[in-house]
Amino acid sequence: MDKKYGVYICTGCGIGDTLDMEDLVEIPEEEGLNCTTHPFLCSKEGVALIQKDVDDGKVNAMVIGACSRRVNFDVFRFDNCIVERVNLREGVVWPHSRETYPALTEEQKDDEEHFDRIQMKAEDYIRMGMIRLEKVKLPTPYLPESFSKKILVLGGGVTGMAAALDAAKTGYDVTIVEKTDALGGYAAKLRSQMPVSAPFETLQAPVADKLIQEIQGYPNIDVRTGCEVARIAGQPGEFTVTFKKPGERIPFDVPFPLPEEMLVDETGKELDPEAAHAKFLEYNEGRKDILNLDPDGELYGAVILAAGWRPADLSKMGIDHLGFDLPDVVSNHEFEQIAAKGKIVRPSDGKPAKNVVFIQSPGKDEDDADFDYCGSVTSQVALKQARYVTEDYTDGKAFVIYQHMRTPGLQEYFYKSMQQEDGVFMTKGSVTEVKTQGNGLEVTAVNTLLGENLALKADMVVVAGGMVPVTKDDPVVNLAYRQGPGFRDNDIFGQYADSNYICFPYETQRTGIYAAGAIRRAMTIEESIEDASGAALKAIQCVESANRGMSVHPRSGDMTFPEFFFQRCTQCKRCTVECPFGALDDDAKGTPKANPTRCRRCGTCMGACPERIISFADYTIDSIGSQIKAVKVPSEDDFDEPPFRFLALICENDAFPALDMVGLNRIDYSPDVRFIPVRCLGSVNTIWIKDALAQGMDGVILIGCKHGDDYQCHFVKGSELAEVRVKKIGDALSSLALEEERVAFVEVAIDEYDKLPKIINDFVEEVDALGPNPFKGF
Amino acid sequence: MEKEASLGGRVSQLKHYFPKLCPPTCGLEINYRRIKDNKHIKVLTMTEVQNVAGNPGDYTVTVKTAPRYVNENCTACGECAKVCETEISNEFNFGMDRRKAAYLPHNMAFPMRYVMDPSMSTDDRDKVKQACKYDAVDFDMEEKTIDLKVGAIVWSTGWKPYDATRIDNLGFGRYQNVVTNMMLERLASLNGPTQGKIVRPSDDKAPETIAFAQCAGSRDENHLPYCSYICCMASLKHATYLREQYPDAKIYIYYIDLRTPGLKYERFYAKLKEDKNIFFVKGKVAEVSEEDGTGNINLVAEDTISGDKIRQTVDLLVLATGMQPTAAVDKPAADLTFDADGFIVNDFSKGGMFAAGCANKPADVVTSNQNATGMALKAIQTLVRR
Repeated sequence: MDKKYGVYICTGCGIGDTLDMEDLVEIPEEEGLNCTTHPFLCSKEGVALIQKDVDDGKVNAMVIGACSRRVNFDVFRFDNCIVERVNLREGVVWPHSRETYPALTEEQKDDEEHFDRIQMKAEDYIRMGMIRLEKVKLPTPYLPESFSKKILVLGGGVTGMAAALDAAKTGYDVTIVEKTDALGGYAAKLRSQMPVSAPFETLQAPVADKLIQEIQGYPNIDVRTGCEVARIAGQPGEFTVTFKKPGERIPFDVPFPLPEEMLVDETGKELDPEAAHAKFLEYNEGRKDILNLDPDGELYGAVILAAGWRPADLSKMGIDHLGFDLPDVVSNHEFEQIAAKGKIVRPSDGKPAKNVVFIQSPGKDEDDADFDYCGSVTSQVALKQARYVTEDYTDGKAFVIYQHMRTPGLQEYFYKSMQQEDGVFMTKGSVTEVKTQGNGLEVTAVNTLLGENLALKADMVVVAGGMVPVTKDDPVVNLAYRQGPGFRDNDIFGQYADSNYICFPYETQRTGIYAAGAIRRAMTIEESIEDASGAALKAIQCVESANRGMSVHPRSGDMTFPEFFFQRCTQCKRCTVECPFGALDDDAKGTPKANPTRCRRCGTCMGACPERIISFADYTIDSIGSQIKAVKVPSEDDFDEPPFRFLALICENDAFPALDMVGLNRIDYSPDVRFIPVRCLGSVNTIWIKDALAQGMDGVILIGCKHGDDYQCHFVKGSELAEVRVKKIGDALSSLALEEERVAFVEVAIDEYDKLPKIINDFVEEVDALGPNPFKGF
Repeated sequence: MEKEASLGGRVSQLKHYFPKLCPPTCGLEINYRRIKDNKHIKVLTMTEVQNVAGNPGDYTVTVKTAPRYVNENCTACGECAKVCETEISNEFNFGMDRRKAAYLPHNMAFPMRYVMDPSMSTDDRDKVKQACKYDAVDFDMEEKTIDLKVGAIVWSTGWKPYDATRIDNLGFGRYQNVVTNMMLERLASLNGPTQGKIVRPSDDKAPETIAFAQCAGSRDENHLPYCSYICCMASLKHATYLREQYPDAKIYIYYIDLRTPGLKYERFYAKLKEDKNIFFVKGKVAEVSEEDGTGNINLVAEDTISGDKIRQTVDLLVLATGMQPTAAVDKPAADLTFDADGFIVNDFSKGGMFAAGCANKPADVVTSNQNATGMALKAIQTLVRR
């Protein structure tokens, strides 16, 4: 692209009143760039003025000095043009007023004593905007060579079937892979289901058969039972999938990465890439490396993970007081199997079980929590199974002992109807013991609603076990990824396949793999079917983005992707290891392979690369580095007491909007800080920090999202990695005789705009106390 | 289409989501951006459905847009609010403060544009018009009615907090220091009436003892027979707001059942149980009165385990009021099926119109978000099938 530059500055919203426009306009003009000012640039006339320059072929790369890029970006959108928004309003004139920072008089202007801190900030921002235009390009989308819109559904239970039907009804080809010999999953093995509609009084026939029949009517659904996925290789839009019979061992079984302790030699030294790779192959003997594509593999665009759950193993939960070793004490899962076969009978002697006690919590009066992996499903299952007892025997009696009856929402009606049911008794209580009594059982409980301690005779006791996601035991998705076949760091979600679960439902930490149903959290059948629809849409969005070279959520529509200058790659593998989404696979030598459609475009790889060879079309080490260098750092040559200069690298997702909010509320903070928004703090390369300090800036602060178990980082690991990198930079600084305190890392949430000014000012003060950067002026 | 002047809905009034305790504006920001970026999405605010005619794949929706009195020229510079003297009750903060009749709906509004309230005085109308340098104020705007042709409709009309004045025994509306959970949410929010400081309404005093009455209206045949799904987790979340500001405050939560199901919610509850100044009492608050002179609230409840009658005086009583579907109060003129409570029942065999989120059933944000994704696909299917 032959760039034709132009600068447009709006003087509205206080910009022209606060800034010396003549001086400001000189910045681009000195560089020979045409600069136009307008009192109301976002008006129809203002935009038309720019559009005319574009249409006349005068401009295709422009700086717009006006409001924050968060507002009016739909207004200042010009096709095939590079638009750089310079934040003069929320970033300069709104937080910093002339009352606080009076304009200079003519005499003060060149007296080497006075300086205009607001004007300096605005001028720096214009310079920074101009240089960025020079350094970035418009993206050319990455399009996969082969491409498939087919959707693969892992799991043939209700969730998988519902997802397949929803995708098929929308016009997509779907394959369902089911490990067992039949579709239906757990739901096909039930006697009845919970009621799902008003008046919530009668149990429903299992819905699984209906779904199985419906699937037969869709020729675009391919069902493979007795089948599992050996590996899923490649990337969204072109996943190459190898299927196999369950239990079979084949060369395309997915390999596992070397455990960390095997990555070093006998002396504890880290293995070089080739030795590590040889060891990896040895470790995975009989399995091909992830980069060997199965020639007989089948192509898919996206995957819905609906592999579901397994019943919790109650024998391993330390609940001896519940008599779990007694034959007539069973789990809710075992009880369901008995109920599905016919009338409820005792496992010990096959006699009718007419008095059944349902235990919902471990009890012992220690805590009121339910068993692990329980949910509201478990409460509802107890109600349903209590109904089985009264269904089977007119004189049947069911006792439900719970800590909290969890029937949220409209399911409360089911609870209400069961409260009216003859033969069903329910109470809060802590079960203290289950033991043999005569030819039956006795259950004792305390703290019940009945006002006294309870001793119940029972033929059978049912303990409410939880629903353990199958991802707890096994990677299931079997991704042929260098980072490994499963999801990373899933322990913070108790091994549910999950990530930013409130705002980005279905997203796992692997792009193109969307989790639905009980693998995400304990769900009822009805909830799972509903959940499946959403996952189907996410899978469809993924293939429809990948085929246009666009990123999926959260940078939806972004057409940039990481590009590598491989000649300088030292095979250090950091990009592969640090990518939060496992997007990169390195080869035997350690050279990364990009897999652009797996990428969420956060730039964590760019931040990780010590050789600085990774870039995006509009976001590069050089584009940000040049912006930093464009900041004028005043020295004693300029002023008797030059102001300090600070750099803030700020996450554009949360901290930057918070900073806009500071401006909107006209709250002042040090105007000596220059803010550069970044895609994610994970993309911050430490060279930027070093550059800033080397050119005499006095301090650098990184402001990003909260990390940890409740991470708010849109890219999962970005802010966490940035903090690690900042900590490591300390050594490098001390070798330059610079104090560690000159570089800081802080976490800010989007609503903490009240804290941001103080954070900035505190940092500025702390660095002020250290004195100026000794490199200033060099 | 949105009835209010800004997108965002109920969650834009929240300080934090449970259980992550993260700000909803973070998710709103990203969705606003996606909506703006997407040329296939057109946004109409201050707009309500008048009528829906037709069939799946071919509906005519008559909609009415109220005048904003501000056009697209608005840059949100705020000069109008500076000169406007008329003040109105701030409904965003449930009337706990007043705002200018020229106002930005809130600081994360979408569209980022002011609104002129019709109650603005004639004097002020002249002043705001003069103050606006961008010719954005236009009092000649009129209500507009238009017809939209669409193939499918998703009803995500959400919920309203149940009207707490109807729960006579809990004293809301009679005693100043009885507030609802949504009011507490505004009190705790930085952009709320007290800039985030939780103080009691009668005297701005920092509360030392706070009680939460769970199921205020919910699980109650006289009010909302169902469970409102979110109130238990919301009160636990509110306990974290209080704890952050008042390390020694005593917090009493009166409940029937604590509905914190599933791994994530149980973990959240488990963390609060470690706080020795949060007391969970199984029992329903039955009576409420005001202490003479202090504004304190006397409450009577029964501990259903011990059977004891509890009498307690607290500084602040928070009613965990439930959710009522908007459609129960304001029924849309469309061929929809409603249950007895006003929730819209989905008929997938018929297709065409789908209710998502709390228009369909009581649900938390996680469920609503997931459900909305699914209903969007159902709507798309309606169009594909044609």
